[in-house]
Amino acid sequence: MAVANVIPAFDELGNRPMDLLRFATAGSVDDGKSTLIGRLLYDSKSIFEDQLAHVRETSERRGDGYVNLALLTDGLRAEREQGITIDVAYRYFATPRRSFVIADTPGHEDYTRNMVTGASTADLALILVDVRNGVVRQSRRHAVIASLLGIPHIVVCVNKMDLAGFSHDAFDAVVEEFTAFAAKLDVPDVTFIPVSALDGDNVVERSERMPWYEGPPLLYHLEHVHIASDRNLADPRFPVQYVIRPMTDEHHDYRGYAGQVASGVLRVGDPVTVLPAGRRSRVAGIDTVDGSLSEAFAPQSVTVRLEHDLDVSRGDLLCRPDNQPEVTRDVEATVCWMGSAPLKPGARYALKHTTRTVRARIEDVRYRIDVETLKREPDPGELRLNDMGRVHLRTAAPIMVDPYRENRATGAFILVDHASNDTVGAGMVTAVRAEEKGAAHERVGAWTTLLERLDRAAAAGDPVEDAVREALEDMRRRGLLAQ
Amino acid sequence: MTVRTRPPAGGAYELSHLRTLEAQAIHVMREVAAELERPVLLFSGGKDSIVLLRLAEKAFRPGGFPFPVMHVDTGHNFPEVIKFRDRRMAQLGERLVVASVQESIDEGRAVEETGPRASRNRLQTVTLLDALAEHGFDAALGGARRDEERARAKERVFSFRDEFGQWEPKAQRPELWNLYNGRIRRGEHVRIFPISDWTELDVWRYIAAEELELPPIYFAHEREVFRRDGMLYAVSPFVELMDGEAPFTVSVRYRTVGDMAVTGAVESTAATLPAVVAEIAATRVTERGETRADDRVTEAAMEDRKREGYF
Repeated sequence: MAVANVIPAFDELGNRPMDLLRFATAGSVDDGKSTLIGRLLYDSKSIFEDQLAHVRETSERRGDGYVNLALLTDGLRAEREQGITIDVAYRYFATPRRSFVIADTPGHEDYTRNMVTGASTADLALILVDVRNGVVRQSRRHAVIASLLGIPHIVVCVNKMDLAGFSHDAFDAVVEEFTAFAAKLDVPDVTFIPVSALDGDNVVERSERMPWYEGPPLLYHLEHVHIASDRNLADPRFPVQYVIRPMTDEHHDYRGYAGQVASGVLRVGDPVTVLPAGRRSRVAGIDTVDGSLSEAFAPQSVTVRLEHDLDVSRGDLLCRPDNQPEVTRDVEATVCWMGSAPLKPGARYALKHTTRTVRARIEDVRYRIDVETLKREPDPGELRLNDMGRVHLRTAAPIMVDPYRENRATGAFILVDHASNDTVGAGMVTAVRAEEKGAAHERVGAWTTLLERLDRAAAAGDPVEDAVREALEDMRRRGLLAQ
Repeated sequence: MTVRTRPPAGGAYELSHLRTLEAQAIHVMREVAAELERPVLLFSGGKDSIVLLRLAEKAFRPGGFPFPVMHVDTGHNFPEVIKFRDRRMAQLGERLVVASVQESIDEGRAVEETGPRASRNRLQTVTLLDALAEHGFDAALGGARRDEERARAKERVFSFRDEFGQWEPKAQRPELWNLYNGRIRRGEHVRIFPISDWTELDVWRYIAAEELELPPIYFAHEREVFRRDGMLYAVSPFVELMDGEAPFTVSVRYRTVGDMAVTGAVESTAATLPAVVAEIAATRVTERGETRADDRVTEAAMEDRKREGYF
């Protein structure tokens, strides 16, 4: 095996701005998925000698007849016994450019929920297609799930090129077939790479056996694919996670709102609206143990202080007054169902969205999505285990949501069964019904009060200025005016 | 009207991979504090739990930790580690709970192994589960990482334990985005691993970046050791030598910290943090493979112990 020397030295690590790419793979052993991962890990020197010795020994004992790299990722006793991947395994490797987290997910339909788990945090999906078989059902299902989960980049590795004589035409046929199918998907970036995972062609090193291919090998692509702009930096959203109130002599009056910036950028001095109440204030400070910041951006974890002493607690959300999510109790969402009992209208669950947990009721199952063809089956009556479909939910208290397409952090939720406490559903907000707009509603109410006071003052012949001043003071006290 | 800020061009607002991992770990810790009633942070004195303490400071200062720190004390510790533990806890001003394996043995709840290969590794599970029950802890934060071992590679960040403390790897709760589910019934608990996605090298780089103090056994020092199964063990009152095992003195450092009977040393002259990190970056053997006898029992040693309630 060719070994590329890509483990970075310490000083290199210290000085380079490295970022993190999470990618999800799916497929069965037959696709060569485990071989490909093994190849990436091995060629990037991320498999250690004792791990390799263990795999060799186990392969021999099982009579596999070859060094079965799948044993590296199939870590559970049951998986090794049955030779299948049941649950997500996480693997790690790094090059001087980037650190990588691989979520190696099961390809089999019965374990779709585990695949969705791995895909939910992925920046990129790696899909393997056997060049001899073309785009099969399972590849289509993986692409659809990647698309529904909002993964912005797909890499299709057209594998086993060695068994197709490294034929350009065979590669093009797969590209054409997949492209035709992908036109229905919502994935902005699809890249095709012809590889032989077994021999290492176009995995880490460029293959000399496919001179007609002009693109980079897989590892180069993974190192260079641009993911920084995938983050939403346009819409400031800060779900309050935890309130820090030390009550010590030194920090007697300290009240900080701890949380992770879900999207966008928060700056000291920015006007903010606290949802769902709609109170307004300004960012007085952004604190960390390492000192105060002038601004914080996603995905930083910080502590925000506000200028006004408002009633803010976990589950509230800070945003800009001129850029707010919808505050709603009616949600339309694509739901991936993970419960063994089906999801049906009328059922109630706990819904966790950002840091807010509310009770939710299923109002309607609008359609089921055929995960291989994207066809909609209207009024299915229920969603069964591993089904995906469009659902209308009603919540007991408002939640502050953005469409998942625009904001993964404020568009995602999970459903938890009250009896078993199991996570039974994953939801992605598709559209929002704007019935309740907390902030706007409250401001309209305050201005109405002002007009009423003016009307009363005019009728009584009192000075109008006093009424205006009182009303404005009242509004300022409630945080409805910036200053 | 919605005003969207135009994202800046050219590299601004990029978070390094280490600071991204840090931000995610802080998020996990705050979720635990907010959603579980009586959490506890497990501290072994090793590098991973030292990182956890730093992350807890980052998550909750200027406030105090919303949980005590607990050490499951095998009684077979490196004395340097216990000294370090007490000094660090005094610096932090946080509460330490010590759960003693010796007490579990004295009370007859755990039975001491005998012979030259005796270890208290497995007994820790009894002491840990008893201590969780005694204090009513419903969540235990630990420093385990997925890159350590193949069963751990499969474990969730919020890992559910039934009323017997058992892990059921085939029926784990789906874990999506950063929306963790910490709902449990009375008597059950959750193990939480905020640095699941960190590698050994990430931990070392973080220690360097944050200038964290470590127990001195992580750096090269002269020590009397003996060789067994290809590993170097410290000569101590807790291990019986077998025939043909002759002690000798050599410069070593430790790559992990467990109890003295199961933790192997690495021959090394790396006495400073950069020297240690350079060695770790160049190593071709995993930390558990190189230094831990407890994982070598069977092919699924870790999975089996975890099922019983081990860390």
